[in-house]
Amino acid sequence: MAPMLSVRGVTVKFGARTIIQNLSFSVQRGENLAIIGPNGAGKSVLLHALLNLVPYEGAVEWAEDAKLGYVPQKVAADRQLPLEVKDLLSAKARLMKIGATDVRSAAERVGLTPELLSTSVGILSGGEFQKALIAFALLGNPNVLLFDEPMSSLDELTEEHVYELLRDLQREQQLTMLTVSHDLSIVYQSATNVLCLGKGTPCFGPPKEILTPQILEAVYSAPVKFHHHLADESR
Amino acid sequence: MKSPGELYGVVLALLFAIAAGLVGSFALMKRMLLASDVISHVALPGLGIAFLFGFNPLIGGGATLFLGTLLIWQLQRKTGLATDAMIGVIFAASVAIGAVLTPKEDLVEALFGKFETLSLGAFLIGVAAVVLIIVVIFAFKDELILGLFSPELAAAGGVKLDRQNLYFLLLFSLAVLVGLRFLGALLAGALIIIPATTGRRLANDLPHFLTASCAISLISVAAGFGLAHYFAPAYSPGPVIVIVSAALFLVSMLKRPAHA
Repeated sequence: MAPMLSVRGVTVKFGARTIIQNLSFSVQRGENLAIIGPNGAGKSVLLHALLNLVPYEGAVEWAEDAKLGYVPQKVAADRQLPLEVKDLLSAKARLMKIGATDVRSAAERVGLTPELLSTSVGILSGGEFQKALIAFALLGNPNVLLFDEPMSSLDELTEEHVYELLRDLQREQQLTMLTVSHDLSIVYQSATNVLCLGKGTPCFGPPKEILTPQILEAVYSAPVKFHHHLADESR
Repeated sequence: MKSPGELYGVVLALLFAIAAGLVGSFALMKRMLLASDVISHVALPGLGIAFLFGFNPLIGGGATLFLGTLLIWQLQRKTGLATDAMIGVIFAASVAIGAVLTPKEDLVEALFGKFETLSLGAFLIGVAAVVLIIVVIFAFKDELILGLFSPELAAAGGVKLDRQNLYFLLLFSLAVLVGLRFLGALLAGALIIIPATTGRRLANDLPHFLTASCAISLISVAAGFGLAHYFAPAYSPGPVIVIVSAALFLVSMLKRPAHA
């Protein structure tokens, strides 16, 4: 079966600075690809290139039926904006020409209560905001989700809830997921493949092959430790 | 009203108030209010040329507003500077050029406006402009909302932000042009800024905010015309309208802001 995403020889430059150099990989349907690497390695830039938000050289080919949902690393929403969560979801729904039922369904799937739907986006807590962004990404029933460090601003409990939500979504809907993450323990547990960007040649493969002390040290230019349960070894 | 021409002038001013309230609300959310005020000054060189050569001031003002808007948009795209910064540069040059070009006896009118009777044709063109502003704002409302919340998410959803910025600047300039005749180059932007600022103090959700801005703008124009007509007939109604809208803003300060 044709891959959901095929990336061939992609290079991204900002002025004279090369951020991503000649990168190639592919993602199969239903796969959960984790993108790891140190700050400045180009992880977010890669997602932007895949979404066609930045110019790049090379080829990015999505399957014909690919419908993308995107949760960015950070949205610096103006706290003064007189926008409620439902205004935002409804605006996207109208642009996508989908009905109010889909808005309610996306909100319910991530646990956004009617009260939260009527809350201004500027006063949501970190977890509520993340849920709103995920509901926003789920509008239109995408079959691919791109997450840029989805847990960067969340406490551990909320982080666990959001990961649970993502796992449920992926299981229920056979979603293909591309997740930029710093949490190597979670990557080890949930990713089917890992793409590492950093110093040297990018590496790509299953977590057990990629998340080794030698490769991680080469990627991060420093020794990296992470915890994984023994039970994970049996995966 | 003494004549249909006067009635046309007042009705168009009231319609302009609604367009100004809408455009001002989105300009406030886009954090473009100050820039928006300054944009009206770009009309001044055109008004000056029109007065100097004796043709319709709206044609002159409209031409420089249009060119100024395109210039601001291009500078913003190519230099990556904030719209405010670019408009600041163009503003200073516009006022200086306008002051030099405008004959001394017409300068007060160019700056502060003058109430004039309108022909049916001019009235209908003005109404068409107001309808266009309102229709386009509502047609692009959802794109504007996404762009306000997150330019990145809007772009990922297929919104062309560059095009959106241009359309918004053009709509803003068109609103200024409609208000230019009776408010003048210095004050046309004020009726776009002040009611929206007051509306934001009173409302915390989008529908109420838009409604409040338009209502305050409408009340300012109606009350301003009334006061100018009965108490200061020798003066242009423009400054009186702006004073009324500023007074309404001060009254709104008595209320705790909706978003506090």
